[in-house]
Amino acid sequence: MSKATLNTDTVHRVGFLDKASLHIPILRILQADGTTYETAVLPVIDETLATKIYDTCVFTRVLDERMLGAQRQGRISFYMTCTGEEAAIVGSVAALDQEDVILAQYREHAALRYRGFTTEQFMNQMFSNEKDLGKGRQMPIHYGSAALHYQTISSPLATQIPQATGVGYSLKMQGKRKVAVCYFGEGAASEGDFHAGLNMAAVLKCPVIFFCRNNGYAISTPTEEQFAGNGIASRGVGYGMHTIRVDGNDMLAVLAATQQARAYAIEHNAPVLIEAMTYRLGAHSSSDDPSGYRSKDEEAKWQQHDPVKRFKLWLINKGWLAEADDVKLHEKYREEVLAAVKVAEKIPVPMLDEIIEDVYDKPTPVLKKQLAELKEHIKKYPQAYPKSAGRL
Amino acid sequence: MAEMNMLQAVNEALSIAMQADERMVVFGEDVGHFGGVFRATSGLQEKFGRARCFNTPLTEQGIAGFANGLASNGMTAVAEIQFADYIFPAFDQIVNEAAKFRYRSGNEFNVGSLVFRTPYGGGIAGGHYHSQSPEAYFTQTPGLKVVVPRNPEQAKGLLLASIRDKNPVIFFEPKRLYRASVGEVPAGDYEIELGKAEVVREGKDITLVAWGAQMEILEKAAEMAAKEGISCEVIDLRTLAPWDIDTVADSVKKTGRLLINHEAPLTGGFAGEIAATIQQECFLYLESPISRVCGLDTPYPLIHEKEYMPDAFKTFEAIKASVTF
Repeated sequence: MSKATLNTDTVHRVGFLDKASLHIPILRILQADGTTYETAVLPVIDETLATKIYDTCVFTRVLDERMLGAQRQGRISFYMTCTGEEAAIVGSVAALDQEDVILAQYREHAALRYRGFTTEQFMNQMFSNEKDLGKGRQMPIHYGSAALHYQTISSPLATQIPQATGVGYSLKMQGKRKVAVCYFGEGAASEGDFHAGLNMAAVLKCPVIFFCRNNGYAISTPTEEQFAGNGIASRGVGYGMHTIRVDGNDMLAVLAATQQARAYAIEHNAPVLIEAMTYRLGAHSSSDDPSGYRSKDEEAKWQQHDPVKRFKLWLINKGWLAEADDVKLHEKYREEVLAAVKVAEKIPVPMLDEIIEDVYDKPTPVLKKQLAELKEHIKKYPQAYPKSAGRL
Repeated sequence: MAEMNMLQAVNEALSIAMQADERMVVFGEDVGHFGGVFRATSGLQEKFGRARCFNTPLTEQGIAGFANGLASNGMTAVAEIQFADYIFPAFDQIVNEAAKFRYRSGNEFNVGSLVFRTPYGGGIAGGHYHSQSPEAYFTQTPGLKVVVPRNPEQAKGLLLASIRDKNPVIFFEPKRLYRASVGEVPAGDYEIELGKAEVVREGKDITLVAWGAQMEILEKAAEMAAKEGISCEVIDLRTLAPWDIDTVADSVKKTGRLLINHEAPLTGGFAGEIAATIQQECFLYLESPISRVCGLDTPYPLIHEKEYMPDAFKTFEAIKASVTF
């Protein structure tokens, strides 16, 4: 007999539960003025870590600002910013081990930077040049790096969620004492893969941190048109999973929650769900215009909750950052990004031969034949294929 | 050599592969202690432990996503989708994820050590949802290999090769033959190369091509034709993606005629691909139009299953029509 049928907790009058039955508080450690709440328990953080976190935030902001500009100038085809969500991303990645495997959605490039992805690597990907690790095959911002344990982004939403469960299971089998970390938005949590992935992780006892960036919008769809329940966190409890809701614009709260989530996941071989409440300050992507679905007032209100500014005030209070150094840091990254753009856009695109590589472990005879025929065709009409005609 | 049915051959292949590769895990709905609804994974949990052979919750998209995650991180994943009719919730994870994992990452990551085993096909009174042959949905996806065995010996060798292949494989098992097909199977570990068709009967008048359970239909039709003095060459394609064009083309150059048989509906089926390629490769050798004997363009029916099926009689008629064209 199934254990579920043995439940003897019965009542004898009809009574329904509703979403208020589950009280889910928000963890907040850092106040708007950069001081911490009196009763708050701080995460493990020292000056070195704090500086690395802030440095990553500044780089990401500069990168986003410059590359959105580059997209507007037509230098790259597409871009997505992380603006407003830096604390959620960097605060969480900073709690991880370098070999914890990250499966991101797409708006988490700050995590990749934190792990050491270089400015040149970002540019090579965005310009689809021959130095791109992805060999120029995917749209800008679809980064990935085996060396940095950051699985390559795929556009379909939520597919990474059950995959993270599988990665978590593999880490457990391999006895590595590492976790898989899966980022996704509250919109992606409506996909079937969300349910499949979280349920399987709980049932199969996989060390995975599911990190939801609840940023208010899935492109134009606000959360109230996305779900009627008590956010995403309530679902974690339903799956029988340790769950926490944090202020996603509070670097210290995100760091503290993720540090403890990681320790729990490894100790118990179990998943944890973190719902970070944040706001997408920018557009969904370079192809989107938020003025069609939300007000300037709303955006202005959230600007007041800028996570990077809040953390900066804390750093200044701690004496770990001076305003003058901050200005220099911004300047350094502006120059670095601009210089890297100029280099990357001059690097040639991958050779045409790459088009049939990696479909299978080795190109099949049919693929080789198709490539040979394609080359012959390009030789006939070189002007129609300017990217490859000159270097067949 | 030992006599066994196809389920036993599949089970033996899984056991041998798990013994040889401690990274290999087998999972899916009911595959654990119960051994799967067809018993293909029988005894594996007892032999290799619950961590390596286990039940999953009832979610095909979850099974496929989980499999991708495992294979992306150094494991060998062999997932069972209980019926091929239920593979569609996993379509996105297979077609958009597994198939493109290596390509989209520039080979930073891959899920090559991954097999989806799934029983397919009709003839068991299974109606719409326990009878389909969805192979053609997958043959159009670059990055996937699609393999179908015809008997126990082939099932064991092809499955071992699929598990060890460095690409994701969908392994369609003809469930009507699970217990019906019994034959001698070599002992121990052996592989049958993927991507190679096999000429199982030599002939000179017409080439017949099929795979999986339809191979026995071709054999019957070839026998019927032989009594009328028609000599059929019969080819088991075995791997549909990537398929062995040369073996089929060489045969058609010899016979001048081609018939393709599959259970799946005619329109958009894999026979269309074979026909188009062979008319390109063998145009001047063809003495009659390429013939396709396939399922009807209907959902798979229950009570008219026999009428739907591209059986030996329909195949025999098409053979005669081709040689008298």
